[in-house]
Amino acid sequence: MHSIPGRRIIISVFLVFLLLPIYWLVNMSFKTNTEIVSTMTLWPHQPTIANYMRIFTDESWYSGYINSLKYVIINTVISISVALPAAYAFSRYRFLGDKHLFFWLLSNRMAPAAVYALPFFNLYSAIGLFDTPWAVALAHCIFNVPLAVWILEGFVSGVPREIDETAFLDGYSFPRFFIRILVPLIASGIGVAAFFCFMFSWVELLLARTLTTVAAKPISAIMTRTVSAAGMDWGLLAAAGVLTIIPGALVIWFVRNYIARGFALGRV
Amino acid sequence: MDKTINQKAWFLVLPVFLVVAFSAILPLMTVVNYSMQDTFGNNQFFWNGVGWFKELLDPSSDLGGRFFASLWRNLFFSAVILSIEVPLGIVVALSMPRDGWQVAACLVILALPLLIPWNVVGTIWQIFGRPDIGLLGYVLNGIGIDYNYVSNEFDAWATVIVMDVWHWTSLVALLCYAGLKSIPDAYYQAAQIDGASRWAVFTAIQLPKMNRVLLIAVLLRFMDSFMIYTEPFVVTGGGPGNSTTFVSIELVKIALGQFDLGKAAALSLVYNLIILIVCWIFYTVMTNAGTERREKQGVA
Repeated sequence: MHSIPGRRIIISVFLVFLLLPIYWLVNMSFKTNTEIVSTMTLWPHQPTIANYMRIFTDESWYSGYINSLKYVIINTVISISVALPAAYAFSRYRFLGDKHLFFWLLSNRMAPAAVYALPFFNLYSAIGLFDTPWAVALAHCIFNVPLAVWILEGFVSGVPREIDETAFLDGYSFPRFFIRILVPLIASGIGVAAFFCFMFSWVELLLARTLTTVAAKPISAIMTRTVSAAGMDWGLLAAAGVLTIIPGALVIWFVRNYIARGFALGRV
Repeated sequence: MDKTINQKAWFLVLPVFLVVAFSAILPLMTVVNYSMQDTFGNNQFFWNGVGWFKELLDPSSDLGGRFFASLWRNLFFSAVILSIEVPLGIVVALSMPRDGWQVAACLVILALPLLIPWNVVGTIWQIFGRPDIGLLGYVLNGIGIDYNYVSNEFDAWATVIVMDVWHWTSLVALLCYAGLKSIPDAYYQAAQIDGASRWAVFTAIQLPKMNRVLLIAVLLRFMDSFMIYTEPFVVTGGGPGNSTTFVSIELVKIALGQFDLGKAAALSLVYNLIILIVCWIFYTVMTNAGTERREKQGVA
């Protein structure tokens, strides 16, 4: 009963608006460059997979995807594992400076990447992590860790305190309680937090590009550079773009049943 | 909801504190250091005190002029996209199908733009808007509108705004949808018995229930639009002229383009301070709303 008149039309129009630019990218990725430049066609008249083949066979292209996935996964693992105990602490206890700390964390989520680009460059060069996936993964922690703490805190607060108390009475040690009881209880919350970490790390470019040169270059940076060097190879650019959408689409498909709750960050 | 006081909880928070401090405080120290110095290259630095800050906050100087111009531009941009995305997001959330496979399909499509790397979002719109090879540009020019986002300021702005609406309205919509889902059916039944109008249901039931998620949505959208960089940079490169140069773009131009570390650092600090203040206001409003609600429930 939470609907409004004409809702079918509104939602359909909006979904078409969302899909149209993506369709155009997919459309172009299956065209030859001659077709793209010479005629305006709504679907590929001479469909070709040459653009995709080039990406899959050229190491300088496909290594970009592997590099991106590397730092995204490292970042997600780090973020979730440090955020879990902190979320529990914020949810259950009061301690000296807790509110200030929480605000400080939150403010880091909002810090503009442009401010940190240069200092990060110096910092990670100095400690020898420059151009490794670790540099990007650690740099992305600045916004993903606070976000993970924020989301998980909401989910931990949804677990009744009696469960902790019963577990401790039953003789569970703290680490054992944490891993055997709490983590399974908030499994969906961990999934949601991991989804968000994956998302923000996957879509970020400025830091990822600044902190890598050759060995760990993410796909999104390879896209911009290779294309400008080779003139405008629209078909190849479109194919590379389509391939960056796929991991995100897969992740969404897996968490689709939790999306609604997840987007409320566990605190509706 | 009484929390026990336990200072040992700090041990649980320590890993987070260390990780974030490593990537936030250390770099920020470098920025503070740079902001007080001038460099002529070769790693030679000279003490410059608050000189850069003076210049930055003086709109008549070159640096200050650029800073304030990009700041107003950015605030205007944030205001425009908030005033479009928030109402549109609410409408979309209210229009979601009720159940069945359509809900899952809608959610997946809605979430799709959020998972696309930001520069690819830029690329998509760059291609889509081009008059020669893009559907949008081609159609607009075809029906007689002279549209070219590379040379026309207004078109560049329109493209950047439509792109942001395309990219982020889903976030607002999904947050609102989550808020709507949490309303028990009994509320609607009661409204029906009272003969409440559609509008009354919206203002008396749905909007209050969405308050909290809307606040999160506005906070996230304001912050992210205030530090927007990649998408407009890919589409317009900050141009034509400086017409779509937002604060982050200006900052990167000064820092990595001209390598004016002192100026860039001073700008960074002021920029960060603005964000900190806005963030604090939102945080206070948010926690106050939380405690007020708790008190109300406590009385009832």
